[in-house]
Amino acid sequence: MASPAPLPPVEAPAGARLALAEHLLACESAVACARAVVEWLARQFGAAVACVGPGDSGTASVCLASEGLTGAQQAVLARAWDAPASSLSSFRTRPGARGLSADALEGAAFPGGLLAVPLGRPGAPAVALLAVELSGPGVPHVPQDVAWVASCAGPLIARLVASDARAPRRPEPDRLLRRVINAVSDPVLLTDAEGGLLFANGRGEALLVAGPDASPGRARAVELNQRLFRETLAQGGATGVHRREVPLVDPVEGMDLLFELVTTPVLAPDGPAVVVSVLRNVTDLGRAAQALGESYRRLRATEREARSERHRLDRVLDSVADPIILSDPAGGMVMMNDPAERLFAPPPLHDGAEPAEPGEATGRRGRGNEALFASFLSNLLGNVHADVSRWKSQLTLNDPATGAPLPMEALASKVLGDQGELTGIVTVFHDRTEVLERARLLERVKEVSSELEARVLSATAELAEQNEKLRRQAIQLEQASAAKSQFLANMSHEFRTPLNAILGYTNMLLQGVSGEMTPPQRRNLTRIDSNGRHLLEVINEILDITRIEAGRMPLHLTDFGLPELLQEVMAEMDPIIARSKLAVETHLEDELPGVWSDRQKVKQIVLNLLSNALKFTHEGGVQVSAEYQVATSTFAISVKDTGIGIDVSNQEKIFEDFQQVDSSPTRAYGGTGLGLSICRRLAAMLGGRVSLQSSPGQGSTFTLHFPRRARRT
Amino acid sequence: MTNSPEKPKPLVLVVDDYQDAREMYAEYLEYSGFRVAEAKNGQEALDKAFELVPDVILMDLSLPVMDGWEATRRLKGDARTRHIPVVALTGHALKGHSEDANQAGCDAYVTKPCLPDALVDQVRLMVKRRDEAQAR
Repeated sequence: MASPAPLPPVEAPAGARLALAEHLLACESAVACARAVVEWLARQFGAAVACVGPGDSGTASVCLASEGLTGAQQAVLARAWDAPASSLSSFRTRPGARGLSADALEGAAFPGGLLAVPLGRPGAPAVALLAVELSGPGVPHVPQDVAWVASCAGPLIARLVASDARAPRRPEPDRLLRRVINAVSDPVLLTDAEGGLLFANGRGEALLVAGPDASPGRARAVELNQRLFRETLAQGGATGVHRREVPLVDPVEGMDLLFELVTTPVLAPDGPAVVVSVLRNVTDLGRAAQALGESYRRLRATEREARSERHRLDRVLDSVADPIILSDPAGGMVMMNDPAERLFAPPPLHDGAEPAEPGEATGRRGRGNEALFASFLSNLLGNVHADVSRWKSQLTLNDPATGAPLPMEALASKVLGDQGELTGIVTVFHDRTEVLERARLLERVKEVSSELEARVLSATAELAEQNEKLRRQAIQLEQASAAKSQFLANMSHEFRTPLNAILGYTNMLLQGVSGEMTPPQRRNLTRIDSNGRHLLEVINEILDITRIEAGRMPLHLTDFGLPELLQEVMAEMDPIIARSKLAVETHLEDELPGVWSDRQKVKQIVLNLLSNALKFTHEGGVQVSAEYQVATSTFAISVKDTGIGIDVSNQEKIFEDFQQVDSSPTRAYGGTGLGLSICRRLAAMLGGRVSLQSSPGQGSTFTLHFPRRARRT
Repeated sequence: MTNSPEKPKPLVLVVDDYQDAREMYAEYLEYSGFRVAEAKNGQEALDKAFELVPDVILMDLSLPVMDGWEATRRLKGDARTRHIPVVALTGHALKGHSEDANQAGCDAYVTKPCLPDALVDQVRLMVKRRDEAQAR
């Protein structure tokens, strides 16, 4: 080839060829088929293309379709195809594509020459010619795409031209219009008033037209669609635009589809009324609407939930007795619960009914609280305090309503977002009135308690002091007692010394040492003697008491027998017994056991009891008896008299020091009143006691009880 | 009260600081047939005892200058006077005095007040006991 290839050697991809082939199969006329081929080639090669073939009239050929050619060029081509001797006419009988130079056509209509491709059935004369403009001189190689198109479209066009010639003429829209309508993606239909289909675009045919070679499924679907369509159409009026929905079936997939049907009655140019129907697939729209409704409902539910959540949060916050405030990062109040509102934002006046003055005061206090709160919050705000996340402080706010001071503890915490940025501040107030009151009470309790402690301490100290005093007093008493005993011992010595002389000289005089005395002198001396002896007796008894009290009368335990002891007692008392003229008898139990005790003391007691019995008995007798009680291992020595007796009320008194039943100075009986007191003490030393049974006028019985074996204490 | 002419009257040394008591006992002893010497304290008693060597000594225990216990101890510690019976006299009736007196070497113990006849009985008992001892 002398010149560069006028057509690019690009081979169309298989997909493009397939698309064209499908398109060609769908073509129902030679024009549509030509159109598809021309457009495809023009796109493939970027060159002007035209297809000439038999026109409608059936006589002269026309340009069936063209791209990039002027009307003159089309006309030249058509004429050249029809002219019997032209360079193109030879293509009717000669198959195969050939390039032609510019001068092959009249007036050099194609300056760069052209590629002529005859179209028709193989082995038959061509019915149409395809012309591709060339851009340069020389005969090019025929591209494969062109050869393929010719082999593909040729037989088809030949058939269509033939069928076009056979088909009866029917009203047909303008081809351009038809192409426009075909290009609409919605199914568009033209029907007569009864619904008979006159025309449908590609989408419409897919739904409502079934060819003779269609599958049985598709035929049934189409039949169903046609019936549904007719019924829907019949519901509309004959005039005006109607919209309604019509459910159809996808003949290929078998799915339910929903279409919106818009019908417009139109008068055809030749008279009969026709109806234009446009179907719009709203299947997806319905689904979308459904989904939209669903999500709207969900949104509403979520919103409701959020609202109730918020409401609940509000209720929770309001129910907290402590004031809570949420502030924005700048310190402005965002939200507060009821207790906080009472502190900071006094409720608005009710219709101005309340007096203005308290309201003003309330507002002033509220603002004062706000100012305090703002200065408190400033501890957390600003970059300076960026690393402070909490702030705790004690504020004294004022109750806006009453002005009473409210000691509060405020605890503010930063609320941080996901990135750690400050989104707000929550402040919780805690009323410290009770805490302070409790602390005050505690303090008071402590005070009182320490006071009490001090009192207890001082009382204890006082007690200790008194104890010490008592101890000292006890010592002093002991010392005093010892001193008293010593004093009495000394006194008795001092008494005895002169008494010794008195009694001695009296005795000597009575013995006649100084010569014989007259009876009155002797009587007087005898009185001196008896009074001196009484005085000596008193002194001796006082001395005994003193010795017992001073613990200077120890026990001298020995073995002895009671009969001998009683004999001695009777012997010593014999002079007095003789003087008394009373019957005194002793009664001893047989076989009295031996005694282990202080003989002297037992004897002293019995002597004392017997002398008392003799003293207080005027007539009758005195019986001394002794017995041993095996059960208690004790002896009982009784002195029973028939004397004056002792009233029960005095039976205890007589055992006390210096006590007689009649202790008056004018008493009838002598004695110191110490005898029974001494007896009782001595009996106690022996581990025994002295008992008394008596009644006035009936006599008395004094009994000494003492253990057979005394124990040294 | 038997005064045999061939036998000299026994000599009794009465020691007591209380003059009335001392002279009372002395008078009754003389009335009862004894010879009597007197001393009014322990030292004097010692001097008289060594000088006279009495038959019996009546010794009050509470004495000035030297008390009766000490005087008795010395008398009993001396060969010249060891044999002389000592009768202790005391107005102190408190327990313990008699024991002390016995420890000091007293041969008898008499509590004041003591009637002159009772005292003389005690002196006679002492003389008799001494005579019996000498007879053996």
